[in-house]
Amino acid sequence: MEKKNQPQPSLKGTFISVMAVGIFIVLMWVSIYLLYIARL
Amino acid sequence: MKDAMISVKDRKLALTNIGVAYAAFLIGTLCGLLQVFIRNDALTLPGWLDYYQVLTAHGLLLAIVFTTFFIFAFFHSGISRTLGDFSPKVRGWNWAGFWVTLIGTMLVVVMIVAGQASVLYTFYAPLQAHGLFYVGLALFVIGTWIQGFALIAHYLKWKKQHKGELSPLFAFMTIATIILWVIACLGVVATVLFQFIPWAFGWTNGINVELSRSLFWYFGHPLVYFWLLPAYMAWYVVVPKIIGGRVFSDSLARLSFVLFILFSIPVGFHHQLTEPGIASFWKFLQTVLTFMVIIPSLMTAFSMFATFEMRGRELGGRGLFGWVSKLPWKDVRFTSIFIAMLFFIPGGAGGIINASFQMNEVIHNTLWVVGHFHITVGTPVAMTFFGLTFWLVPYLSGRRFTKSLQRMAFLQIATWSVGMLLMSTAQHLLGLLGAPRRTAYTGYQHDSALAWFDGVLSNHVTMAVGGSILFLSAILLIYIVVQLWWLAPKSDENSYVTFPIATSDTSATPAFLENWKLWIGIAIVLIAVAYTIPLSDMIQHAPPGSGRFQTW
Amino acid sequence: MHLHKYEKIWLGFGVFALIVFLSVVGVSAFHQGHTPSGGHMTIDPENVRGTAPFDEPGVHQREDGSYEVVIIAKAFGYEPSEIQVPVGEEVTFTVTSEDVVHSFSIVETNVNMMVVPGQVNHKTHTFSEEGSYLIVCNEYCGSGHHFMSTEIEVIGQ
Repeated sequence: MEKKNQPQPSLKGTFISVMAVGIFIVLMWVSIYLLYIARL
Repeated sequence: MKDAMISVKDRKLALTNIGVAYAAFLIGTLCGLLQVFIRNDALTLPGWLDYYQVLTAHGLLLAIVFTTFFIFAFFHSGISRTLGDFSPKVRGWNWAGFWVTLIGTMLVVVMIVAGQASVLYTFYAPLQAHGLFYVGLALFVIGTWIQGFALIAHYLKWKKQHKGELSPLFAFMTIATIILWVIACLGVVATVLFQFIPWAFGWTNGINVELSRSLFWYFGHPLVYFWLLPAYMAWYVVVPKIIGGRVFSDSLARLSFVLFILFSIPVGFHHQLTEPGIASFWKFLQTVLTFMVIIPSLMTAFSMFATFEMRGRELGGRGLFGWVSKLPWKDVRFTSIFIAMLFFIPGGAGGIINASFQMNEVIHNTLWVVGHFHITVGTPVAMTFFGLTFWLVPYLSGRRFTKSLQRMAFLQIATWSVGMLLMSTAQHLLGLLGAPRRTAYTGYQHDSALAWFDGVLSNHVTMAVGGSILFLSAILLIYIVVQLWWLAPKSDENSYVTFPIATSDTSATPAFLENWKLWIGIAIVLIAVAYTIPLSDMIQHAPPGSGRFQTW
Repeated sequence: MHLHKYEKIWLGFGVFALIVFLSVVGVSAFHQGHTPSGGHMTIDPENVRGTAPFDEPGVHQREDGSYEVVIIAKAFGYEPSEIQVPVGEEVTFTVTSEDVVHSFSIVETNVNMMVVPGQVNHKTHTFSEEGSYLIVCNEYCGSGHHFMSTEIEVIGQ
């Protein structure tokens, strides 16, 4: 199923892009969570 | 490219579906424009028309009718393209399903126009619409099932003729989406047939409200995946071809669709987090399952960027982001869908927040939610469909997507993006300030409410400006569709519009991914775990039923 | 199924973030008592006023010193129409509907409750600032939905 020794394509740009998306998600979530806490 | 053209009869079937979709789109967006003016006290409707009638029509025509008819047009043409022309029998059943869906739609629309069904697209009991409204909804679902099963029959015939082969990716994803849709609809069919219809016609006197809400949301969440998955199909299968690349990973693409079948259904309680009648344990369990369904979208995000980067590097892009500038930005078929993907980043992030249990109290039923689905179904899904329309309509009508129409298409997606950015940002912020959704002119006399007209972005006026731009964009799109269908120059041997299907290497794809019985079985187990006990509680400890109310 | 190294890291990060989100809300909800509003008591929607505690809508002080506000939602308003509670005290809102589905949502607080006929919903909140708060119905309930609002006065002790 898995092809060994296949050179992995360079996906550095992809990696940085998805991590930026991930950080955006975390920041947005945290800001609403803080709003929830502030309104307790 | 003549060999990739599907039969004239299948083209007619798909085009007719697109016609209904865009008729609904035109009326639905016009309703949206009316809402913009009414909400700002700039328009008074004539006595025979009411804000909530307009709102019901807007939601149903755009979120249900436009999407469903367009999706089936995409399925019909794509399945015919990848698995071969329909047999007369399959085509006949698809037409039968189309007519049943259309009759259901007409019945619903007539009831709304007659003022007998101002219950919005969620039709929460005990608001009681005319019985025929619910009959129309049932027919709508049955019609889609007929079309769905006809497509499944076509697929099974192909499988029989290609023993041991994996189906083409497009067909696989279509079947996955239809399976998801059929299982999801069981909930809404159950509540409409066994609760609403007998109650609305007066055969029973009371309705179990909480049960009906839960059955609705059992359907209501996978419904959004029924919209999203065809968009994902375009992202996985169509876009790589447009940019000249390949599917990044066939097996991961299939796996993500399997995960959607498993985890998009047993999650409906995350729409009911702030209501009584469901124990916190079950709400939280479904919250956890909701988070599972985020994973295939994370996989999709990676696949998309990877497809773009690999193609951009093939074209000579260097460094970390050199590949970005190599992508075909001047091709509106690509750019439209790329922007649609970008909108899904805040859309998806907002969705995670909405589902985060008690955090839901911050945004539940505020304008935030309205903003949320305008940057999920209203842009990522809808603008992907626009991007498909630009080639699908001329592909089916045998006309050309001329340079001047392409320029117009750019203007259309640009205005849609700007309008949506303004409107949805305003809605998100106003929601955080507590502005409620689904209201006509919001003239609450209180400092908190007056502040909703004060901000720069957090302002009802910003929202209205965005909404107005969106309507102009919608009119532009209708113009483009009419041109592509009837008026643009006919294509010839050298200028055929193609149906882009990217090659997908299945050599590393395990066969069990196409073992539908396995996935349906697991899905049913998960649904049983998430729903059996809370639903039987609702039935066993039901309060006396609610009567019929028409409060509009 | 072959996963690229970066995709493994990305999915690992994503799943980890989701687990953190779930843990944070889970602990806050079940350990610190911040569950969203809810309730398991049912009621005859045709006989709301004949059923305790809705036979006496209004603000009541309980034996332990906390407050309960009993509210009936109906098209298109709330009963009682005037609510006064003290600042800094624990207040439990108990609501039901005698007709269609409504909401009881206090703007700029976490009190955002669905009001479902046949069911009784509860939410406990402590106001930390005095003043007048806007209450709106944010679930569509009919032609007067956008008029359905009231205020709550939070007063100093």
